[in-house]
Amino acid sequence: MTRSNVAANAFEVVIGLEVHVHLKTESKMFCSCAVCYGESPNTRTCPTCLALPGALPVMNAHAVELAVRAGLALGCEVRERSVMARKNYFYPDLPKGYQISQYDQPLNARGFLEISVEDEGVWTTKKVGITRIHLEEDAGKSIHEDGVAGADVSHMDLNRSGVPLIEIVSEPDLRSAKEAGAYLRALHDVICYIGVSDADMEKGQFRCDANVSLRLLEKAGSDEFGTRTEIKNLNSFRFVEEAIQAEVKRQKKILEQGGAIVQATLAFDRHAKQTRVLRIKENAHDYRYFPDPDLLPVAVDTMQIARIRAALPELPTQKRERFQTQYGLSEYDARLLTASRELADFFEAATKEHGKAKSVANWILRDLLKLLKQHETDLVNLALSAATFARLIQLVEAGKITPKSAQEILPELAMRGGEPETLVAARGLEVVQDTGVLESAAAEVIAANPDAKERYLAGEEKVLNFLMGQVMKRTQGKASPAQVREFLIQKFKE
Amino acid sequence: MAAGSIPLGTCAELRRALDTGSVSAVQIVETALARARTLDPMFHAFLGMREERALEQAAAADARRLRKEVLSPLDGIPIAIKDNLAHAGEPTTCASRILSGYVSPYTATAVARLEAAGAVILGRTNLDEFAMGSSTENSAFGPTRNPWDRTRIAGGSSGGSAVAVAAGIVPVALGSDTGGSIRQPAACTGVVGLKPTYGRVSRYGLVAFASSLDQIGPFGRSVADCATVLEVIAGHDPKDATSLPESTTLSCDKWNGDVTGIVIGLPKEFFCTSGLDPAVRDRVHEAVAHLEKRGASVREVSLPHTKYAIATYYLIATAEASSNLARFDGVRYGHRSAEAHDLDTMYQATRSEGFGAEVKRRIMLGTYVLSAGYYDAYYRKAQQVRTLLRRDFDQAFTQCDLIAGPTMPEVAFAMGTRTADPVTMYLSDVYTVSANLAGIPGLSLPCGFHDGMPVGLQLLGKPLDESTLLRVGDAYQRETDWHLRRPPERTA
Repeated sequence: MTRSNVAANAFEVVIGLEVHVHLKTESKMFCSCAVCYGESPNTRTCPTCLALPGALPVMNAHAVELAVRAGLALGCEVRERSVMARKNYFYPDLPKGYQISQYDQPLNARGFLEISVEDEGVWTTKKVGITRIHLEEDAGKSIHEDGVAGADVSHMDLNRSGVPLIEIVSEPDLRSAKEAGAYLRALHDVICYIGVSDADMEKGQFRCDANVSLRLLEKAGSDEFGTRTEIKNLNSFRFVEEAIQAEVKRQKKILEQGGAIVQATLAFDRHAKQTRVLRIKENAHDYRYFPDPDLLPVAVDTMQIARIRAALPELPTQKRERFQTQYGLSEYDARLLTASRELADFFEAATKEHGKAKSVANWILRDLLKLLKQHETDLVNLALSAATFARLIQLVEAGKITPKSAQEILPELAMRGGEPETLVAARGLEVVQDTGVLESAAAEVIAANPDAKERYLAGEEKVLNFLMGQVMKRTQGKASPAQVREFLIQKFKE
Repeated sequence: MAAGSIPLGTCAELRRALDTGSVSAVQIVETALARARTLDPMFHAFLGMREERALEQAAAADARRLRKEVLSPLDGIPIAIKDNLAHAGEPTTCASRILSGYVSPYTATAVARLEAAGAVILGRTNLDEFAMGSSTENSAFGPTRNPWDRTRIAGGSSGGSAVAVAAGIVPVALGSDTGGSIRQPAACTGVVGLKPTYGRVSRYGLVAFASSLDQIGPFGRSVADCATVLEVIAGHDPKDATSLPESTTLSCDKWNGDVTGIVIGLPKEFFCTSGLDPAVRDRVHEAVAHLEKRGASVREVSLPHTKYAIATYYLIATAEASSNLARFDGVRYGHRSAEAHDLDTMYQATRSEGFGAEVKRRIMLGTYVLSAGYYDAYYRKAQQVRTLLRRDFDQAFTQCDLIAGPTMPEVAFAMGTRTADPVTMYLSDVYTVSANLAGIPGLSLPCGFHDGMPVGLQLLGKPLDESTLLRVGDAYQRETDWHLRRPPERTA
């Protein structure tokens, strides 16, 4: 069969993601060494995580608990008895010569995650299958340095050796780089919500491998898949999307030229925005998995599962739906407000103080998020409490300050803290209440624009906006826009 | 007489001498060290002595005794440990070149418990490299010889520990038993060796050969001494997930030689093995008859899957070993080849130079057993047969309290005769591997001689029932003197 001249759009993209998440435990998975980031190399090690002769692993019960929590949050069936297995391969950052992981009997299986993808303002939701979530340990870190005289030197830092992880494997349900990005973000949200990980991508606490294949559109929906490649170690949302796009392009080009995809492991070159083959399948490892005889099967009883389930916090999707019904927010607004647990909590606290959810939502979505973006910071870093934020909005709504003034003092409240009332007084931002001042300002502006009245009465509404701007200027923005507008219209009608 | 010319007695005898003040711990340890200096050049039981530290520990034991603060029945008693047990500040060689230069920064739980009980660690004993062998001929540092006949094997893999006791250098020693590595050398050298129930003694600090089979246990001249050591080293250890929570109470003080009501099972499969020497069979029958006279009854039982035990054992043990020995890669400690200049050749050259032939053979076998496409046929099948073997014992133990038979099918064979034929060598483990596969305790004790060499009687017990094994073994030793016979002493 010849595959030449297959049109570029005749393919469906099939993507599955494998995500590694560091679990937030005090100690490592099989020893009592502290889990840490940025400590001096090899200072958080012991006979077990250095794999000294005779040392043995003992399972960290908290890691199991966190993994069960993740499984339950992602709709998995939790196995009451799962098996730790050895994955055998040689690499200097793997001290034992095998990684303790799970193989044919993982802790969690058959879950799902609902994602929403926006396309030209329309949101579509999709249920992405999760094949399994299993427990495993991290390896150490290799630090390569170019030595003198061409000799390469590599150093090993084993502080990370034995840090507990879960690997979350999705079904090949994703159909575009955009969907993959949406899945990864939604997964990141859930993981952060339930507190099983800090999931800091820069620290390598949330890492992604992407499996990508193409198949003819006519095969869509079937069990038949194209040959897949795996892109390793993508550690930002953007890289995941870019890498998939690059790989899709590479595979399309090969297929269009009548070639065949070779099963391979790839790396993504973020600068060239290209995928590069690391090794092909013929050179793949035979990991010789077998149950680790040093560890008993992981046992989680139904009582424990029930207890962990009961303690699960509200998940992003549940919260979004509640925000829509309880506060009458649009799906779009609810989605933005539930993007992080901190933001959602802030919204609810401010609403409780203020009373009107829609006002609070507007101020958060319009002003607060903009501020965070400008300062490249997170809500937790702000000196602004939800109550203060609510009072600021109330000042505006009571007509005490103008929205513009509120926007002006928000950055200071956010960064340095303080009371809105004090700041308003200090800066003299109280709305001009003296009608005489407003009236004379309106008269002056109309006088300066003699044709304005005629144009307005002829139906040219924007003239009014221009004049309003002039009045605001003369009152240094401290006039109530509504009041100014009223005065101007009154004057025109005189 | 020169210091060290008298073989050390049992722990019980030494303890009585210490209690009456007729001897000090320092004198005992000096005697042990002197005997090692005189005798070990002939036998090569030891890979390293701790003279200075041992004498310091003995002096400390004497001081405690003066203050009436004796820690345990082993306080001040010298003991040798197999050189696959970690001991802080000491090398752990596993009789392998691959661990050259390695000094352990930590101590195995069993060794730490001995030290906490006041026992004096005298030195590290020789073994088949990484405990892989049945003759202690596979040591990178040369074989250990049998004190009864230096041309014969000491048994293995804990040959050094067995000989250290048999030669009267120490009263007790620790070994490890993965497929018979305590019981078989005990039989070869005419001493007592106990493999406890799997999980009874923590494996933390025991360099793993086959994790699901390995178990640390004692050697001694008497069953009672082995019981004393077991009580010190046994018990749950939070550092070993496979260690059992059950406490170990042997109630040795209540033993009185009475075995009335004990039912001894004789598995018919053990006595129709083609390789079983008739003389060994006769000695075992005589020992059983002796116990019958003391009140035990005897019945025939069946362990129908016995014929698969060796094959099952060598599949599981090698599979686990291939993974357990992956950590010896030249990256962090031990030998690293000077030849290699890239990663792959560093691994290859390091492991080619560092491991001996038998270790390489087992790593290759085990790697094959676990390979994609072979796992089901070999490893999974072996695990299934292991379950059947376990059930054989469960079934047999519904009809008897313990099982008796030979420890090995013959007496210690001549050195060098089997090294070229690994399969024949493996067959000498035929009676011992089942206990490891089933996780049950096994005791070997001397029950006579053939051809001038000791014969071993093996008693197998129910899981966690070391108590019955040891009580019956003790009863036998109260009536017999095989364990008191000593090899003739000649100097080199």
